[in-house]
Amino acid sequence: MPANYVPIFIFIAIIAVALPVTLLAAKLIRPDNPQKTKAMPYECGVDPIGDARARYTVRFYIIAILFVVFDVETIFLFPWAVQYKALGLFGLAEMLVFLAILIVGYVWVWKKGALEWI
Amino acid sequence: MAMPLHQFFTSTDYLLSLPMIMLALFGMGVLIIDLLLPPEWKRANAWTALVGLVFSAIAVYKVQIADRIAEAHGQAGSFVGFGGSLVADRFAIYFYYLFLAGAAIAILMSVKYLEIEREQHGEFYALVLFSVIGMMCMASGYDIVLLFVGLELMALSTYVLVGFLRRDQRSNEAALKYLLLGAFSSGIFAYGLSLFYGLAGSTNLGQIALTLEQHFLANPKDPVAILALLTTATGLLFKIAAVPFHQWAPDAYEGAPTSITGYMSVAVKAAGWALLLRIFLYMLYPLRPIYLPMIIFVSLATLTAGNLAALTQSNLKRLLAYSSIAHVGYMLLGLVAGNTNNASSTGIKGIMVYLLVYTFMNLGAFAVITSLRRRDIIGDEIDDIAGLMFKAPTEAILMLVFLLSLAGIPPLAGFWGKYFIFLSLIESGHYALATVAVLYAVLGLYYYMRIANAMFMRRAETAEPVSLSPGLRLALAITALGTVIIGIFPEVFLRAAAWSLSVPQASAVAGLLK
Repeated sequence: MPANYVPIFIFIAIIAVALPVTLLAAKLIRPDNPQKTKAMPYECGVDPIGDARARYTVRFYIIAILFVVFDVETIFLFPWAVQYKALGLFGLAEMLVFLAILIVGYVWVWKKGALEWI
Repeated sequence: MAMPLHQFFTSTDYLLSLPMIMLALFGMGVLIIDLLLPPEWKRANAWTALVGLVFSAIAVYKVQIADRIAEAHGQAGSFVGFGGSLVADRFAIYFYYLFLAGAAIAILMSVKYLEIEREQHGEFYALVLFSVIGMMCMASGYDIVLLFVGLELMALSTYVLVGFLRRDQRSNEAALKYLLLGAFSSGIFAYGLSLFYGLAGSTNLGQIALTLEQHFLANPKDPVAILALLTTATGLLFKIAAVPFHQWAPDAYEGAPTSITGYMSVAVKAAGWALLLRIFLYMLYPLRPIYLPMIIFVSLATLTAGNLAALTQSNLKRLLAYSSIAHVGYMLLGLVAGNTNNASSTGIKGIMVYLLVYTFMNLGAFAVITSLRRRDIIGDEIDDIAGLMFKAPTEAILMLVFLLSLAGIPPLAGFWGKYFIFLSLIESGHYALATVAVLYAVLGLYYYMRIANAMFMRRAETAEPVSLSPGLRLALAITALGTVIIGIFPEVFLRAAAWSLSVPQASAVAGLLK
């Protein structure tokens, strides 16, 4: 039913008009005073040196991935903790299974030495 | 208000998920046991994994028994679990056995091979088990979310397995290509599924099919439905490596460890087919008039590109990769001939038989190629197999059996796969397609016989002997027996294929909608 998609096209049309108009209006109204310092990337008062795309050690990736894993774990645990009473014994059993699987992974990661920096 | 435990996790849920629970337990067990094993004992992981596969097979058998008992009581319906998202019907049980057999044979092939490559790690076997869990979800999922999660679980495990030879550049390259294209196709697939969810307002396959049926009757040319169909089908065809979405296959197959190449070409491909059949037969059948021309085009393109590209390959793994693309073309023809919403038609039965026989003959061929890997010899070129007859006559003759079976020569298993596909084409009146397919089967004979020619008519390039490890010996025996027995006594296996489709899907759908 193409008629159902008419609101989407209206939406697209509004965006196509509103976006340039806002940008243009902002450019005309705002004070314009460019400086070199203003254009610099922020680096805690130190002069930024070199390219941001330098090579760095692969260990950061491992840390990042492990962080994501345990982050997601917390996200899963949180709703369960909030609804602990309502979920009852089932929720507890389910979470223990979930944690058991994660602990296997945790032990594996630990023994493999992925948690050590060097 | 506290709900009792048995309302969330019923005994049926337990029974249906037991095969996967077994694999998960043993997979994690392998990971932990591997940490405790001294390096010279690493191959014990293979046995742990095999025991896990056996336990899982026993659990599948329990599901099958329960199905038989239900039938005896006159309740010929599928087992539905987890609020309708998991259906362990006969279709799923058939695929369960296929995946378990494929994984077991691949593990037998891997033990010695990984030692030669100096990559004998427990993670390999754990990943194989985890990938089988994903495949099982793909075969039994009745909910697009579960199907997608299963697909990703299988795919992620396979990406790592492809790149398992860390020191080999080809393996790394293959894994990266496979990962990028696989992630890309998964994205397209998920996009299609999300459109279907938008159309139907449900993630349940049966529910989506019903909505599509009404929707399609009301407006047969709805662009959203067609876009959803196209993207979903593209994702699925990517996974089974059909032309024009096949480019990843030869590279991934060539770089992967040889036993994993075998595993990918049978179990992973069978899982892709399980997913494709589940979606096309149970969800998309109302759109059949739209997708039929598309499938005909894809199957013809797949047959042409697969067979022609295989002619000129000099690398055995690449050659078998292209031949496996060609086999997908034959199986797609079965989908063309398969009836609208009648899953038990000859065409679909042909696909089931084809996947079964393909598991044995293709893994057998890869087992022979695996044995060519020795110290300092990579052994995947046609030159490496030259003169095999004079070094290892038994192996050469077994390879000939597998090759003839792949080509579809009558007394062997491969014949029955092609027979039912061609029969279904003729039954459904696609005479032109049947003729083309038969001609391509003749063409296929040429490149399989090129390998045979090298084995029997040429002199060996190196004097290095070929030795078989016990695991490889067992794998060869199983695959050779399977290829010959299915070829000579096909009755039991054909009945199994017919059985897998025997429960009308209506019963599963009807049960779910209440």
